[in-house]
Amino acid sequence: MPDNADILRLENLQVSFPMQSGVFDSILGRPKGVVRAVDGINLNVNRGEIVALVGESGSGKTTVGRVITKLVQPTGGRLLFDGEDMTTTHGFSTLRPYRHRVQMIFQDAYQALNPRHTVFDAVAEPLRSLRLVENRAQLTERVSEALSTAGLNPPQEFFARFPHELSGGQRQRVVVAGALVVKPDFIVADEPVSMLDVSIRAQILQALIDLRDKYRLALLFITHDLPLAWLIADRIAVMYLGRVVEIGSADDITLYPRHPYTVALRNSTPQVRRDAGSGGIQALQGEVPSAARVPKGCRFHPRCPLAFDRCRQEEPSAIEVGPQHLSACWLAK
Amino acid sequence: MSNTSKNTTPPLLIVDGLTVDYGTKGVSLRAIHDVSFELRAGEAVALVGESGSGKTTTAMAIAGLLSPNARVAGGEVRYRGSPLPIDDDAAMRPHRWSETSVVFQGAMNALNPVHRIVNQIAEPCVLHGMSRAEAMARARELLELVGIPADRGAAYPHQLSGGMRQRVMIAMALACRPSIVIGDEPTTALDVINQAQVLKLLVDLRTKFNLALILITHDLSVVAESCDRVMIMYSGRIVEDGSVADIFAEPKHPYTRLLMDSIPNPAEGKRMLRPIPGDPPTLMKRPLGCAFHPRCPSAMAICATEAPHLNAYGKGRVACHLHNSLAPADKVSVNA
Ligand SMILES: Nc1ncnc2c1ncn2[C@@H]1O[C@H](COP(=O)(O)OP(=O)(O)OP(=O)(O)O)[C@@H](O)[C@H]1O
Ligand SMILES: Nc1ncnc2c1ncn2[C@@H]1O[C@H](COP(=O)(O)OP(=O)(O)OP(=O)(O)O)[C@@H](O)[C@H]1O
Ligand SMILES: [Mg+2]
Ligand SMILES: [Mg+2]
Repeated sequence: MPDNADILRLENLQVSFPMQSGVFDSILGRPKGVVRAVDGINLNVNRGEIVALVGESGSGKTTVGRVITKLVQPTGGRLLFDGEDMTTTHGFSTLRPYRHRVQMIFQDAYQALNPRHTVFDAVAEPLRSLRLVENRAQLTERVSEALSTAGLNPPQEFFARFPHELSGGQRQRVVVAGALVVKPDFIVADEPVSMLDVSIRAQILQALIDLRDKYRLALLFITHDLPLAWLIADRIAVMYLGRVVEIGSADDITLYPRHPYTVALRNSTPQVRRDAGSGGIQALQGEVPSAARVPKGCRFHPRCPLAFDRCRQEEPSAIEVGPQHLSACWLAK
Repeated sequence: MSNTSKNTTPPLLIVDGLTVDYGTKGVSLRAIHDVSFELRAGEAVALVGESGSGKTTTAMAIAGLLSPNARVAGGEVRYRGSPLPIDDDAAMRPHRWSETSVVFQGAMNALNPVHRIVNQIAEPCVLHGMSRAEAMARARELLELVGIPADRGAAYPHQLSGGMRQRVMIAMALACRPSIVIGDEPTTALDVINQAQVLKLLVDLRTKFNLALILITHDLSVVAESCDRVMIMYSGRIVEDGSVADIFAEPKHPYTRLLMDSIPNPAEGKRMLRPIPGDPPTLMKRPLGCAFHPRCPSAMAICATEAPHLNAYGKGRVACHLHNSLAPADKVSVNA
């Protein structure tokens, strides 16, 4: 298999949700709109590659991950995994081999764990439902190994605990273990280290990198933290309101961003050393517009400090601004 | 630091020797041990430390919100000089929210989906004795205070972004004019842009109302941006306490130093991960002596047998045998 063979490919992927209208809207029979959570994304991840997906809250990152893990059906475009079109594949038994290869680390560790299941059962669940082990000894061994890789040592001490008996960061590591335990080829990691201290965070990131190096695991690493994306990823894709507005190598995106939105994201990142920042955080003005009302023209123009007439009329498509570096901005040329 | 009156005003809150155990399946495990500190009006203190070190337990104890299987095994919490009944939920009710309130991590998901946000903010005011009309007026005022136009108060939670919902939670925490607000990772679930806005809000409110803040976070850049003082916890104890400036410039405890070293620095230009070697101790197997000694590069014989006390050191406090003299000037440099 050539090195740059992609394991995952998203082609013009789209996801729209019917708008969740308020109680009164439905009583009054008001028409429902749609939320264009993902609005035409092209993205590929190679075997053994780590691609970070960054962007503001509501930009559609989790939705992309949920499409990849077959939890949400796309409304347009294609999902290809290892050359096979998975867009419309469905059904538990048809998807069993896929679920063995593709796993997700869920964003919210408080909601991802069933409060009535012990740590052992939570991590053992995918092994049982995918029938990946033959006996109890194997099960225990795999669960221990996964907990240990996720930084819960000694694993036996956590087996019988319930989620409410764990700290926030311990819960998050149980969720990580639950994805690692099946030894997948591809993981969608949705904010997997947000609740961990910097040392344990480094330990888990190192474990993910080791799995990539050893088994050519590929990762889509979702985070809103640009320095974190830079740290772990080979490439970074920046999402804004359902679109990838810039993509390139981790260094290019972090050190030489070309899209004004990426620049704004970088400038909003707080600095560890007080003196390193130039007078504190510069918060980007305004809220992200709702995905139900995507602005005309370039979707970033209402908040863009550099917007000019054309940006209000026409939507720019991604233009090559360097090797493997694309930016969807009229100023990119 | 802004606080020149530091040693003359009495502290608002004194946590004295606080020790909390959790009971699970007949065994009692110590989660926090002899936690002591003082908090003054208007002060912003960060509580930082290893995952599982007892930060949430400390916060919940102070707010009287410990889980049912927790037991206060020692020490006490005094507010304006009087001890608080922290292990008695009913007795804590008049204090909670009106004197001390808490913003939980991911609290924004706890909003009730079928009620308008303005009503949810008014709720605690009503519970603390305001009339319905007064409470609604107060709720609208609070919305404006956290930067949400009062006419958005009619919105349901799902109609607001995550950042706006987290600001609603802050508005609720401020509803009864508390003197202390505890934020347990209040910005973790937010993107950098919302995080910046919420932090700025907390810092502004602190100056405006002379609020004392306890901020639990893993994000040391958040600490640097918004706190004066930082306390570092490791395995159930405070191991270091000092000004943000001092601790960031020259951490004294080896754990603090290694923690700072594991912060990635894009300015270095190369991507390096530096976790602290070894595993964190668990509640069942806490090492004798200093809990950090098995992982400590500077450990000495005494560290394996005697737990160091949290002693005054320079302008702060540190619990480490390398620094247990009261006259730091006599000590040889340990930053090998
Ligand atoms: N099941 C759903 N029904 C309706 N709308 C949805 C649904 N899931 C997501 N959305 C909407 O789609 C958009 C994208 O949401 P998504 O969760 O993918 O964002 P995100 O980038 O992961 O944000 P965050 O950083 O806050 O996790 C949002 O506007 C959200 O409200
Ligand atoms: N209800 C409980 N029953 C038993 N043990 C508990 C309970 N709650 C917490 N613990 C344990 O007590 C210790 C301290 O937990 P706490 O939640 O205070 O940690 P924390 O410092 O807030 O960690 P994090 O940063 O991961 O949130 C952990 O080892 C945890 O497993
Ligand atoms: Mg998400
Ligand atoms: Mg916690």
